Amino acid sequence: MSAGTPKSLPSSGQKSIQEICHPLSAEESILSPSPDLGNTISSTGEKDLSLPNGNAVDTSSPASSSSLLNRLQLDDDLDGETRDLFVTVDDPKKHVSTMETYITYRVSTKTTRTEFDLPEYSVRRRYQDFDWLRSKLEDSQPTHLIPPLPEKFVMKGVVDRFSEEFVETRRKALDKFLKRVADHPVLSFNEHFNVFLSAKDLNKRQGLALLSKMGESVKYVTGGYKLRARPIEFAAMGEYLDIFTQKLGTIDRIAQRIIKEQSEYLVELREYSPVYSSWASSEEELQEPLDGVAACMANCCSGLEELTEEMSEDFLPVLREYILYVESMKNVLKKRDQVQAEYETKLEAVAFREDRKTPVPTDVEKCQDRVECFNADLKADWDRWQNNKRQDFRQLLTGMADKNIQYYEKCLAAWESLIPLLQDKQEARADTN
Amino acid sequence: MMADTGSEDVAVIGNTDQTPSELQNNIKNTMVEKGGTLLKGLEISVAEAEKRTGKNAVSIQETYTVYLIETRAVDNVSEVANPTPDSLWRRYSEFEIFRNYLLVTYPFVVVPPLPEKRAEFVWHKLSADNMDPDFVERRRVGLENFLLRVASHPVLSNDKIFYSFLTQEQGWKEVVFETGFQAKADSRLKALNATFRVKNPDKRFAEMKHYGDELQSVISQLLRVRARVADRLYGVYKVHGNYGRVFSEWSAIEKEMGDGLQSAGHHMDAYAASIDDILEEEEHYADQLKEYLFYTEALRAVCRKHELCQFELEMAAQDLISKKQQREELATGTVRTFSLKGMTSKLFGQETPEQRETKLKTLETQIEEGEEMVKERTAECDEFVKNAWEDIERFREQKDRDLKEALISYAIMQISMCKKGIQVWNNAKECFSKM
Repeated sequence: MSAGTPKSLPSSGQKSIQEICHPLSAEESILSPSPDLGNTISSTGEKDLSLPNGNAVDTSSPASSSSLLNRLQLDDDLDGETRDLFVTVDDPKKHVSTMETYITYRVSTKTTRTEFDLPEYSVRRRYQDFDWLRSKLEDSQPTHLIPPLPEKFVMKGVVDRFSEEFVETRRKALDKFLKRVADHPVLSFNEHFNVFLSAKDLNKRQGLALLSKMGESVKYVTGGYKLRARPIEFAAMGEYLDIFTQKLGTIDRIAQRIIKEQSEYLVELREYSPVYSSWASSEEELQEPLDGVAACMANCCSGLEELTEEMSEDFLPVLREYILYVESMKNVLKKRDQVQAEYETKLEAVAFREDRKTPVPTDVEKCQDRVECFNADLKADWDRWQNNKRQDFRQLLTGMADKNIQYYEKCLAAWESLIPLLQDKQEARADTN
Repeated sequence: MMADTGSEDVAVIGNTDQTPSELQNNIKNTMVEKGGTLLKGLEISVAEAEKRTGKNAVSIQETYTVYLIETRAVDNVSEVANPTPDSLWRRYSEFEIFRNYLLVTYPFVVVPPLPEKRAEFVWHKLSADNMDPDFVERRRVGLENFLLRVASHPVLSNDKIFYSFLTQEQGWKEVVFETGFQAKADSRLKALNATFRVKNPDKRFAEMKHYGDELQSVISQLLRVRARVADRLYGVYKVHGNYGRVFSEWSAIEKEMGDGLQSAGHHMDAYAASIDDILEEEEHYADQLKEYLFYTEALRAVCRKHELCQFELEMAAQDLISKKQQREELATGTVRTFSLKGMTSKLFGQETPEQRETKLKTLETQIEEGEEMVKERTAECDEFVKNAWEDIERFREQKDRDLKEALISYAIMQISMCKKGIQVWNNAKECFSKM
């Protein structure tokens, strides 16, 4: 089934121009199962189409070759940058109305894609809107891993939803979410994503209408079917996710514990400064050194406070995001199992009923298509996810190390500046004696 | 071994088994004025500690620790110490007896304190058990410190009992008790604890006493804070050790990330383990503070002794004045002040001239004695004030020097801790960046 070396689509950003063949040449093509309103053109009808991971491409699903062409024509960036869609989330603003108070964020888009009417957009969205987008993506792209959103619910009274720190943390997470969707070769072409980025006023009902107009409903049947044998690779994914989520949970607990211990340490450390100052006031020779120590302690305290805050604001939320991410991934795996189970059950039923001569009914064929599509999408997304995960954690943990280094460097500077103050006096005294 | 400090001569250096920081501390502690009166030509150290069991005074079996005092004669010319030391074992209680002797015999001296009898201001991981080896070790250092301070004191170092304590294995107790210091010790304690008002205290001593109180209060606070801080800091470091384990477990399911995670985990383990040494070093700073905390008691004792001296002088002077007044009244027949004698004579009739004559004669003797007493007491007071203030000045300079050194070493320790932290996290960062 595999025909030649699979190449990834330019917009997935990993390959250089030279490695990517023209879409109309034999053997290279990517088909997207995402319904595209404007294009009802069927597939190019090529044989031996393969997905990047070597599996056969299902040609019975509607494919968008013009969009395919468009994607590839954009690919004349000489330095290898193949992105054609840039999204940013910034500029949080508070809105107060009689009914409620909430924050909106500016979502800016720059693109050369023809799916968009304009090359640039700037719209305002609130968390609800992001949430809407995500559930739409989940519904319409059930075979893909949808990036996670930051936590929806915050405990009132525990967290200040309008504090600068909270809003900034959320903004960063929302920005990451959109960027991941924008970088995804399939999700970024989703109609709902388009609407999210471009519509002035995001009317959710409009989105619903969009969905119902679509041709092929992509609702996958779930539930009720027993899976015979899970393919090894997906079993491995499931196992990996189970252990990974466990470890993430442990790391989250450890990080929380450290923050707690550091906060308690800070409370005690704060006691030093006033005591040293008080001592200084009853001394003559020792007054300056003791005041110096008091100042040093105060500096260390503020450094520690910074460290604890940063860990709370930058480290923990990202960790939690990933835990949510993994949860949604596990759900996708479950769905995949269901799709396979459905297919196997139906296939068996057919095998019992008919003899070998009759062709396989289209119903069962469709199931087979679904299974293969799902598997292909999932595998592609898995690899992408692994890469992203690696980068994300490298960044996260390096960041943690950096914060700690900064803290110690601040303290070091404070103590080092004290030494000459102490030693000069000592030497001066020695000389006068 | 002589240390080059560029200032005063160094007296004696102690145990070479000490850590560099302890050595530094002791060298500074034994600085003495030029032409010093220290126990020249003798090296002193408390070299070892040992557990013993034996029956005590009430025939109960007990376990206690003994400390080995080693002394080496230093040749005056070559300044090289005799390699083989003389040595004897002493218990903490014997040190206490010796110190009490010093307190009683030299009331004008701010007598160096002994290390604490029981572990105080402990943070929870540190044992409060007197038999704990770390406690015993710190006590050994403290006892050596005490001996070196005595040996470098211009007055105390010349004491014969001191020399006996260092060199006389048998019979030292008898010798010290023979001095009769114990009797004086009881009355001294009583006097120190008594409340009395002094009319004209020497301002300097009053200020010094106040300073001693403040110093005691502030150092106590500092030590309490330190214990709590140490507890918390310990917790912070140790929890990081959990990262080591989880990174290791996580690395097992990763391919490319595995190595980086695993090595980073090892660094986290190292970080967690490093706190033990850090806090042990900090204990040394706490010990330096404690010494001065206990010194404040000795300082207060000297100030109180001055008050007592002054009070007794004032009492004697007061007594003299009243006796003189009585003489005057008797001589002139006028009653200036109310007195019981005056009243009774008024009530029960005048005295006969012979009676008056006897009374006058008694009074004259008393007045003579009184004047002697006042003279004596004034001389005593003056002598005390002179000696005590000299020692207080010496103490003040020593305190400033020592505490500054203590602060410097504390800062150096903090710097070292920060540098270690930076190193560990840099190592971890490198591993993370290779993930």
